[in-house]
Amino acid sequence: MTAFIQYTLQGLALGGFYALAALGLAVIFGVLGVVNFSHGACYMLGAVGAAVLLDATGLGFWAALPIVTVAMFVFGVLMERLLVRWLLRLDPLYNFLLTFGITLFLVDLVKRRYGVSSLAYELPAGLKGRVDIGSVSLSSYQIFVAAFSVVLCLAVWVLLTRTRIGMIVRAATEDAERSRALGINVGRWVTPVFGFGIALAGLAGVLRAPTGSVNADMGSFFIIILFAVVVIGGLGSILGAVVAGFLVGLVEAYGQGYAGSFSQVLIFVLMAVVILVRPSGLFGREEAAS
Amino acid sequence: MSDHVAQGSPNAKGSQHVLEVAGLSAWYGEAKVLSDVDLRVEPGEVVTLVGRNGAGKTTLLRSVMGLHRHVEGTVSWGGSDLGRSSPDKRARAGLGWVPDDRGIYATLTVAENLTLPPVTSKADAWSLEQVYEQFPVLHERRDFPGTKLSGGEQQMLAIARVLRMGSRLLLLDEPSEGLAPVIVQRIGEIIRQIKAQGVSVLLVEQNVTFASTVADRHYLLAQGRVVESLDNDSFQSRTTELLEYLGM
Repeated sequence: MTAFIQYTLQGLALGGFYALAALGLAVIFGVLGVVNFSHGACYMLGAVGAAVLLDATGLGFWAALPIVTVAMFVFGVLMERLLVRWLLRLDPLYNFLLTFGITLFLVDLVKRRYGVSSLAYELPAGLKGRVDIGSVSLSSYQIFVAAFSVVLCLAVWVLLTRTRIGMIVRAATEDAERSRALGINVGRWVTPVFGFGIALAGLAGVLRAPTGSVNADMGSFFIIILFAVVVIGGLGSILGAVVAGFLVGLVEAYGQGYAGSFSQVLIFVLMAVVILVRPSGLFGREEAAS
Repeated sequence: MSDHVAQGSPNAKGSQHVLEVAGLSAWYGEAKVLSDVDLRVEPGEVVTLVGRNGAGKTTLLRSVMGLHRHVEGTVSWGGSDLGRSSPDKRARAGLGWVPDDRGIYATLTVAENLTLPPVTSKADAWSLEQVYEQFPVLHERRDFPGTKLSGGEQQMLAIARVLRMGSRLLLLDEPSEGLAPVIVQRIGEIIRQIKAQGVSVLLVEQNVTFASTVADRHYLLAQGRVVESLDNDSFQSRTTELLEYLGM
């Protein structure tokens, strides 16, 4: 039972990274129709950014959280304005290739500057210890990550469901063309939404920095898991991205706990089962599959 | 001028709300699906496009809305050429899009579906109260996801949505399709009511009986061309012949 609780917490923390990043991927796909392959690289940049910030200025995790997130938002805005925008009218494959290219570029840039070995990063002040609840001892940082990402996902949910901007983003995510035909200037929301999505990936990276290894390649496996998350949740579904993110985190953690090295395989078994039972994903619309 | 229109007098002199399509051709890739179509919708007029599947009716509506971009020819609205302007600009200029799949958002509630589009003309827009008074079922179900409504209710919602925007011309793509006769009748009433307010309707319809109960004029489309344009009286007297000609 003790182990189970620990794995659950671990899973929720892991799921937090996935959910935040997948949420960003989902809104970008929904509003722009772009499958952002560079999402993993942006997650990596978030983590590397936190490590570089610490090294260069001594500013730790608590400062990195807002600074890097805002910096990644700006990075996303530039990426959309300078590059992605020009290919939006073409086949979506072009932007997929563009963001794939951006990924290679960013990864190699980081390798060139900081090498391939992991950069040092510490647990943030105040969250180094463990919390004992009865006989269960839990990492306080994992508790923080799990709670923080759940709260953040809820906050984004409230933003999406309770505000006019959120309503427009949901409508554009469901059907951008129809929203245009109903008088909504979807183009106006394209840049901020892209920046927002990239910022969420960067934020997930910062959150990961204290417990994962921070290096140029950390995004390449992450993006694969992220695509599994999106397939499980249903392409273009915001709720699906969040739920599937936490689900995959839990499966990975239980897998690591009970099935050892088999855990990564379990994610893809889950994906295969979901595709068999519901081809459009847990929260995807049926038409999407046909 | 707007007083004129509000009284429901068609052909109001100097009205800005005429839709004029001239020499419109449209392509899907290499295939030409519309050839040199001319048509005109006067303020407060209900005009139908009749033709069998594949005649180009929906493409014509999509081209007017700016959704189909591979076109030649002109579409002008209120005297100004819409040119290459985007669908959202056209919608804000007063075109109300009611697609054949009704276009109701599943991730938005009924009330959100209604209030999502911007109000484009304060003078013409229905208030939410007005909408709910006309369509009590939308009020009852305002907090439900839009697609939890029945087909007929979704059609009402799609029409109410553009009326709340204050659209001056409704582009209705087969509103009667797949609906029970009593609902079709209700939609007919709504069309007559909005016509009385001076709003124009360009209606794609396969149900010719229904079309003849609401329309002033008809354009018959076959293989992307307008083959006949006639008023409702001649349409009604020649229905059988025309339908045979169209192969419907």
